[in-house]
Amino acid sequence: HLVSFQKGIYDEALSSFFRNVDTRSGDDGPDIYKGKICSLKARALLIDMEEGVVNEILQGPLRDLFDGKQLITDVSGSGNNWAVGHKLYGCQYRESIVEKLRKTAEHCDCLQCFFIIHSMGGGTGSGLGTFVLNLLEDEFPEVYRFVTSVYPSGEDDVITSPYNSVLAMKELNEHADCVLPIENESLFDIVNKIHQMINSGKLGSTVKQNSMVTSSAGSAKTVQEKPFDAMNNIVANLLLTLTSSARFEGSLNMDLNEISMNLVPFPRLHYLVSSLTPLYTLADVNVPSRRLDQMFSDAFSRDHQLIQADPKHSLYLACALLVRGNVQVSDLRRNIERLKPSLHFVSWNQEGWKTGLCSVPPVGHSHSLLALANNTCVKPTFIELKDRFMKLYKKKAHLHHYLHVDGMEQSCFSEAVSSLSDLIDEYDELDATKGGLRTDPSRLKIAV
Amino acid sequence: MSIVTVQLGQCGNQIGHEVFNAICSDVRGTHGLCSKKENESYRDACKERFFSEEESEVPVARAVLVDMEPKVISQTLSIAARSGYWKYDDRSHFCQKQGSGNNWANGYSVHGPRHKEIIMNLVQKEAEKCDRLGGFFTIMSMAGGTGSGLGAFVTQCLRDTFPTSFILNHVIWPYGTGEVIVQNYNSVLTLSHLYQSSDALLVHENDVIHKICAQLMNIKQISFRDVNQVIAHQLGSVFQPTYTAESGLHYSRNLLGSFRDPSLYTSWLNPQDAFNVWKTPRAFNKYEKSASLVSNSQFLLKPLDNVVRKAWNMFASKAYIHQYTKFGIEEEDFLDSFTALEQVISSYTIL
Repeated sequence: HLVSFQKGIYDEALSSFFRNVDTRSGDDGPDIYKGKICSLKARALLIDMEEGVVNEILQGPLRDLFDGKQLITDVSGSGNNWAVGHKLYGCQYRESIVEKLRKTAEHCDCLQCFFIIHSMGGGTGSGLGTFVLNLLEDEFPEVYRFVTSVYPSGEDDVITSPYNSVLAMKELNEHADCVLPIENESLFDIVNKIHQMINSGKLGSTVKQNSMVTSSAGSAKTVQEKPFDAMNNIVANLLLTLTSSARFEGSLNMDLNEISMNLVPFPRLHYLVSSLTPLYTLADVNVPSRRLDQMFSDAFSRDHQLIQADPKHSLYLACALLVRGNVQVSDLRRNIERLKPSLHFVSWNQEGWKTGLCSVPPVGHSHSLLALANNTCVKPTFIELKDRFMKLYKKKAHLHHYLHVDGMEQSCFSEAVSSLSDLIDEYDELDATKGGLRTDPSRLKIAV
Repeated sequence: MSIVTVQLGQCGNQIGHEVFNAICSDVRGTHGLCSKKENESYRDACKERFFSEEESEVPVARAVLVDMEPKVISQTLSIAARSGYWKYDDRSHFCQKQGSGNNWANGYSVHGPRHKEIIMNLVQKEAEKCDRLGGFFTIMSMAGGTGSGLGAFVTQCLRDTFPTSFILNHVIWPYGTGEVIVQNYNSVLTLSHLYQSSDALLVHENDVIHKICAQLMNIKQISFRDVNQVIAHQLGSVFQPTYTAESGLHYSRNLLGSFRDPSLYTSWLNPQDAFNVWKTPRAFNKYEKSASLVSNSQFLLKPLDNVVRKAWNMFASKAYIHQYTKFGIEEEDFLDSFTALEQVISSYTIL
């Protein structure tokens, strides 16, 4: 976006994710708050217990965006062991993490939210990641914690991923404000679908350059495409769109704290299924409303969701639609009216839609839509996770690797699976009762 | 006789801007059938009411802009100044960075007390600029967090600081099928609180205005700007020096002594002629209209009842309550608000 539109001016939108550092006096220079861009530094902390990935970033085309001091790395990794990540490295690096967090926070005018991005199946992202989540709650209790978690698929080659995921789930249940679960399978399917569509020649006109949700072609520097790059770009787009209304103007702004407020009716039910449309834009500039409407329909289809779930056939507790580009309130209303009858909403939130309109579309698109659903369709994902966990746990397989670690006990496991079971029960209850009472609860009677 | 406008939240500021635009264009526009002299006195009265003439070349709106996030105010200020016909006072605004998160409790219990002094100082400054202060006009939506929560708090402060002034709250009723999921909670809390401090509530329902845009004005792709311009038009017609009862009121009192007719409803038949129609005094019609408006209280009864019903439904399942208790609004406060509104509903039903 910066490259395409802003002609190098550091503005409010950029400042949400980057600092502008005057590097003429070296990397430690002061922040510049307005005016031309000198050197952008991401407001980010990169943590990994092995060096490979971080080193690649620091040698890659985006190296200048990252402040060398905002890194925490080690050499040996966490061995796909949640306990090593959470208990061992957590303890070891606690002080250093807190210090770097404080430093980053100090550079912010007004810190609203932390984005934690990690996977659930491994050791560092899962273990140390959830340790950091805890830390954030302790040190910055007023700041929102949005977590983007990549869940392992059934055929995950990390044998202990069910343990790691369930142990991490307990932490997410208790300490996250919102979780956006992602499954690689879904990302993979989306990537394939796009390639198929393009290669099949079914599309009359060509796909607009830079518009694919998987491509990094619109980004500031050309990045060499690696296998996960296309999939990761989808998640990047998710986070960009999620924050677009906070960064850019629009007729109905939707901030992160509003997302949390409207989509989380009960503290623990904060898992949001996301979908992005369109996946690409065709090159013709005219956008007949039919195509706009198709964008809305797609957002609710099973193959646009970022996890293996089908919200249309489960129960909605709440739904948010954030539209970008030249889309007006009447388009929004028309589509909500059109789609509502085919969706099942909980009894106390029959018309519960949270909507946002942001005027600025993503690079290469004329418009785009993000749908966030608090929906019981996450239940199967959690049930499967629990099943895979139990398969291992019953046989006590690999347990010793975990219990070896200082601070780790069997109770950690039983508490974690119990927390997950409780969560599944809550979703079950909602599905069974559709959220409640058959008839409207009787109103207060006023003595006349 | 001057009116100080307080624009609260995104909705309040977006609408406020259109209102000043509409008034300004009306003043500059042709005077239709009335005499030149009448037009001049009309213009002077109107300018005096809404603008102050300071050292700047253009009239300065008598307004205070408040929002808990910066983007909308910054846009509003710059668009107004760019018009070249009027502007806002550069200092008459207050914003923060975080927003209110659509949380009434956040607006009312956190932002309110925290920023009370600064906001009331700005209001005081504007009030002092007026030769004769007629009263306050606040613009807010009920669905969000700032307009609704902070708006309710500010209204209370206005009442406390200016006990004898007239306070008119312009309240935007959200779309029934939702803009904000907790809008019914926010609406219930807002209305019950406003009842205690406000003199009159002037209501516009998004659904109704939307229909006007679609059916009467034939706009194909309706934007919030279209909606806001319609609302501003209606408000302008009410506020111009020919002025009396408002639409869909709970209970009304006149802002000014003069009774000249704005023909609220007929202005919708010919939007282009609306300005001309305002200037024609039709005292006779006016009385008829106001009689029918007041007795026609069923107008807002249904929407009010719907909002309370939906909010109560949600409240019975305790959904989202933790978001409010987090900022100091407890279940009891909800119950108080429900009770207050049920009383209003039953008083109207008995009529």
